[in-house]
Amino acid sequence: MSRGEGRVEPRDGPLEPSARVASVPPSGIRKFFDLAETMDEVISLGVGEPDFAAPWAAREAAIDALERGRTSYTANRGTQVLREEISRHVTRYGQEYDPDEEILVTAGASEAIDAAFRAFVDPGDTVAIGVPAYVSYEPGVRFAGGTPLPIPTRAEDEFALTPELMRAHGADQADLLVYCYPNNPTGATMDQAQMEALAAFCIEHDIAVMADEIYAALTYSGEHSSIATVDGMRERTIVFNGFSKAYAMTGLRLGYAMGPADAIASMNRIHQYTMLSAPTTAQYAAIEALQNCADAVERMKNQYNRRRQFVLSRFEEMGLDCFEATGAFYVFPESPWEDADAFATALLEEEEVALVPGDAFGAGGEGHLRASYATGMDDLREAMDRIERFVS
Amino acid sequence: MQSDRAEMLDLLREDARYSTADLARMVDVEPEQVERLIEELEADGVVRGYKAVVDWNQHASEPVRAHVELNVTLDRETSYRDIADRLARFAEVRSLRLVSGDYDFSLEVEADTMSEVSRFVSEKVAPVPEITQTVTHYIMDIYKDDGIVFENYDDDDRLSVTP
Repeated sequence: MSRGEGRVEPRDGPLEPSARVASVPPSGIRKFFDLAETMDEVISLGVGEPDFAAPWAAREAAIDALERGRTSYTANRGTQVLREEISRHVTRYGQEYDPDEEILVTAGASEAIDAAFRAFVDPGDTVAIGVPAYVSYEPGVRFAGGTPLPIPTRAEDEFALTPELMRAHGADQADLLVYCYPNNPTGATMDQAQMEALAAFCIEHDIAVMADEIYAALTYSGEHSSIATVDGMRERTIVFNGFSKAYAMTGLRLGYAMGPADAIASMNRIHQYTMLSAPTTAQYAAIEALQNCADAVERMKNQYNRRRQFVLSRFEEMGLDCFEATGAFYVFPESPWEDADAFATALLEEEEVALVPGDAFGAGGEGHLRASYATGMDDLREAMDRIERFVS
Repeated sequence: MQSDRAEMLDLLREDARYSTADLARMVDVEPEQVERLIEELEADGVVRGYKAVVDWNQHASEPVRAHVELNVTLDRETSYRDIADRLARFAEVRSLRLVSGDYDFSLEVEADTMSEVSRFVSEKVAPVPEITQTVTHYIMDIYKDDGIVFENYDDDDRLSVTP
C-alpha cells in the first residue's frame, strides 16, 4: 500500500476508470495504515509479512546471480532448475507436479492468483470465496469480470470452510472456489477430514478450486493438508504457494502455481504476455532457499510458534476470547467491544498498538481483530502489556 | 518436535533474561514446570551460567583480549585434561578449548592492558613444562560474538499495516 493510494474517483474524460476498477473499493485497512504512519512509538501487530529478513544464503545467491550478470529473462514458466526444486519440495505435502508442464513460477503468488482468475473466470461466473480472507481475492474476481460470492466462516467452527456453509450460501451454484488455509487473517488451519468434506462438495457440484497455500510451511499442528491431494481433486485444483511467507522473501516477489498441464498452460498464456517471466534474481534466491534453507525456515517457524503461544496465553490472561489458531502468523481474538473497528481505533490512538479489525478481511471477520505475531518478542511483550492496560 | 527441556535450553540461549512467566507462555507449560526444567538444567551441569554479551566498543573502556594458540607435548603421566586444569584456574583465561589442527589448545586471555596480557602469557602460560609453543593474536575488533552480530541498525522498514 503506498501513500498515494485511495479511492478511485469517477472522473470525466479519456482516462475515466473502467467500471470494473470503479467497482472495487479501496482496502479497509487503509485507515489504520494512515493513522499508524503518523505515530512514532506505535507497535504494529498489523503487518502481514515476516519480520525476519530472507535467509542469508538466499540473499547471497541473489547477489551472486547479479554479479554473474544473470539479468536476462528466464523461460516463461521459470528456470528449469527452480521448477524441479519446487516439484521435489512439495512432495512433503503429498503433492506431485511435473516440473515441465504443471508448474508456473510467478511474481509472487498474487500474480498467479490473478492469472488464474483471468484464465478460468468468464463474465457472469460465480466465484465462491471463503472469508474472512486476504483482501485481493474479491477485487481479482471483479477485475476478471466474475461475480464474487463470499462464504463467511464462523468462530464456532474455528473459521473452517465447511460444506454446510457452502450450501447455506448458495455455493452449489458456484463455478470456482477460492480459499486460503492456513488462513490470513484468522490463523485457522483445516485438517485432512475437513478438506475431504469440502472436496466432496466441490466434486458433487463440479466446482474448480483455487487453493492459496502460501502459509503451508507455517502450520504448527502437524503437517499442512492440501485439498489437491484428496481423491478426485487434483484435476480441478490449482495450488498457489511461494517464497514470501516461509522464506521471508516478500519483497523478492516470487510465487508459483501448480495444477494440471492444460490449466497451467492457460495461466501461462496470460503470464507470458503480461509478466514474461518472474524476477530472475529472485528465482536464483529461491533455488538456494529450496536447496539449503530448510534449517532457517525451521528456526523462523519455531520462533513464530513460541510467539503464537505467548500471544494466546496473554490474550487468555486478559480474558480475550481467542480460538487456538494453528497456522500462518496471526491470531484472531474476539474484540472486547462489539465494534471492533472502534476498539482498534481507540487502541491505536490511546496505546499506539495497531491491530486490524476483522471485517477489513470480509464478512465473518466482524467483531474480531487480527493480531500478527510477525514481530520480535520485545515488541510483542510491550504490545500485550499495552493491550492489557487498555482493556482492564 | 523438541522436548520441553531442549526447547527451554534453546530459549535460554536466545535470551537468558526471559521471565519465567514469559517462558511458560512461549512453551505453553505452567511456570512451575519452567522453574523445574531450569533447575534440572542447572543441577545436571548443562547450564553453567548466564552472562551478558558485551560490545566493548560501545562502552567507555574496553579490556584487551588475545587469542592464544598453544602447542603441548603429552607423556604417560600428563593428559590434555591435566594441562587444561592448570590453565583454566587463571582468572585471565576467559575460555579454553582443545581443538584439532596445527595447535592443541585455543585460549582466550583478557586483561586490562596489552602488557598484562603479554606478561600473563610469558610468565604463566609459556613456562608450563608441557607447553612447547605459544602464538598470541591480539583481538582487534569483534563483529559477532556468541551468535549476536554487533551492528547498530535494526530498522524495521516494513509498512506499519499491510494485508
